[in-house]
Amino acid sequence: MKALDNFILRVSNLSIDVSNQKIIDNLSFETKRGVTLAIVGPNGAGKTTLFRALLNLIPYKGKIEWSEKVKIGYVPQILSVRDIPISVKEFLSFKNESESDITAVLASVGLDSEVVVNKSLGVLSGGQLRRVLIAWAIVDRPNVLLFDEPTSGVDLDSEEAIYGMLKRLTEQNKITLLLISHDLHIVREYSDYALALNKCLVFFGESKEVMDPAVQKLIYGEPICKEYGEARV
Amino acid sequence: MSEAVIYGLVVGATVGLAAGYLGAIMVLEKMALVGDALSHVALPGLALGVLYNFNPLAGGFIFLFVSAVLIWHLGRVTKLSFETLVGAAFTLALAIGILLFGDNLDALETALFGDIAQVGLTSAVAAMVISIAVIFLTRLVYRRIVLGLISEELAVSKGINIGRINLLYLLLVSLIVAMGIQITGTLLVGFLVVTPAAAARTISASLSRYFTLSSIFGAISAISGILLSSYFSILPGPLVVISGIAIFAAVIIIRWRTKFTS
Repeated sequence: MKALDNFILRVSNLSIDVSNQKIIDNLSFETKRGVTLAIVGPNGAGKTTLFRALLNLIPYKGKIEWSEKVKIGYVPQILSVRDIPISVKEFLSFKNESESDITAVLASVGLDSEVVVNKSLGVLSGGQLRRVLIAWAIVDRPNVLLFDEPTSGVDLDSEEAIYGMLKRLTEQNKITLLLISHDLHIVREYSDYALALNKCLVFFGESKEVMDPAVQKLIYGEPICKEYGEARV
Repeated sequence: MSEAVIYGLVVGATVGLAAGYLGAIMVLEKMALVGDALSHVALPGLALGVLYNFNPLAGGFIFLFVSAVLIWHLGRVTKLSFETLVGAAFTLALAIGILLFGDNLDALETALFGDIAQVGLTSAVAAMVISIAVIFLTRLVYRRIVLGLISEELAVSKGINIGRINLLYLLLVSLIVAMGIQITGTLLVGFLVVTPAAAARTISASLSRYFTLSSIFGAISAISGILLSSYFSILPGPLVVISGIAIFAAVIIIRWRTKFTS
């Protein structure tokens, strides 16, 4: 952990190989505190791998620097909860055993604690489960959230509601949010900046730009790598 | 009731409790058959104990633990599944064990099916102490194991060393299986780790209920099997299994009726 001026995260010349295959090539970017940065790109672009490297779960070349006192909340895209008899309360108490904190965090994600707290995760609807996962991510009061497709498996209405709630929570608590999403409309509506990855950095800019056909061509077309220095918010 | 039966009941109750507790994790890990097959690996260790006059259970435990660690390590190196490696190892262990016992058929029968008459005060105390220690240690790590089952990434991101915890878990399973062999023998001891948890799983919506019920079912299976064996003067192993299956069947029927009538 280092003092990074106003930056909470600095990634320099990050390269990741998995089974001798280049997944991320020479990626550099910086993120300020309190912003929401969406990570976009086609399937296999290296988005989830980037998150895994940011969490120090996999080996990498280059440098990843988090600022001092950073506390990260993370929710992966795939969780195996359907086969495990675990109640919402037990799941959240893995991170915070205070009953009042659990009740409060469930309320903050729009769930009635009395109704869901003793339910098994396996019987929750897709939307309820995603809300519980967001509660899991924030129950120990992080200042950075990493979300990999936070609404996968939920219907459109619930998706909008969940992103709205996520935006409110991050603004209220001044949380830096790094978000992987396939949905460019969601990226435009609910994030400040977008970083497009296609093994290397192909676009970095304000999220409203992602609806521009020229930018979409950059994101989903043949990769044209950007140089370090352009990716800074 | 003879002293041996009382000691047997102490071993059965405590090992049943601990086996149910550990088995709850094994069933969640979808390793029920692996646990069953792994228990057979104790046979060569038991044979060496008989041949060289040391405690066969200690031999069984050492074989179980070393084999489990080797299989676990081979799985990481070869990328073969744990099931595949255990499948190969347990048949090999059975073959070696039978060869080592040679014509000592009484000892082989005891190793395969257990013998409550051989349970003494020392075994009972050892089983009690080990079972309590196993439950205590499992309580310390089970939430981390469960988190790893939900998502390995989540567990690692919270600083949990999954490899080290799995190793501890294998050690605990080896200890309890070695203790359980006294009652049910190597052929049936896997039951104690699997069936109580399977019964508990069908009627549990929370981890605390699941682990508690699994332990209780494990203890009841062992106690009732030993009592029946004492009454009918037959081997306890099969009766422990039949008692446990009766609990499993009762739970399934109750659940089915509840679902059907609600």
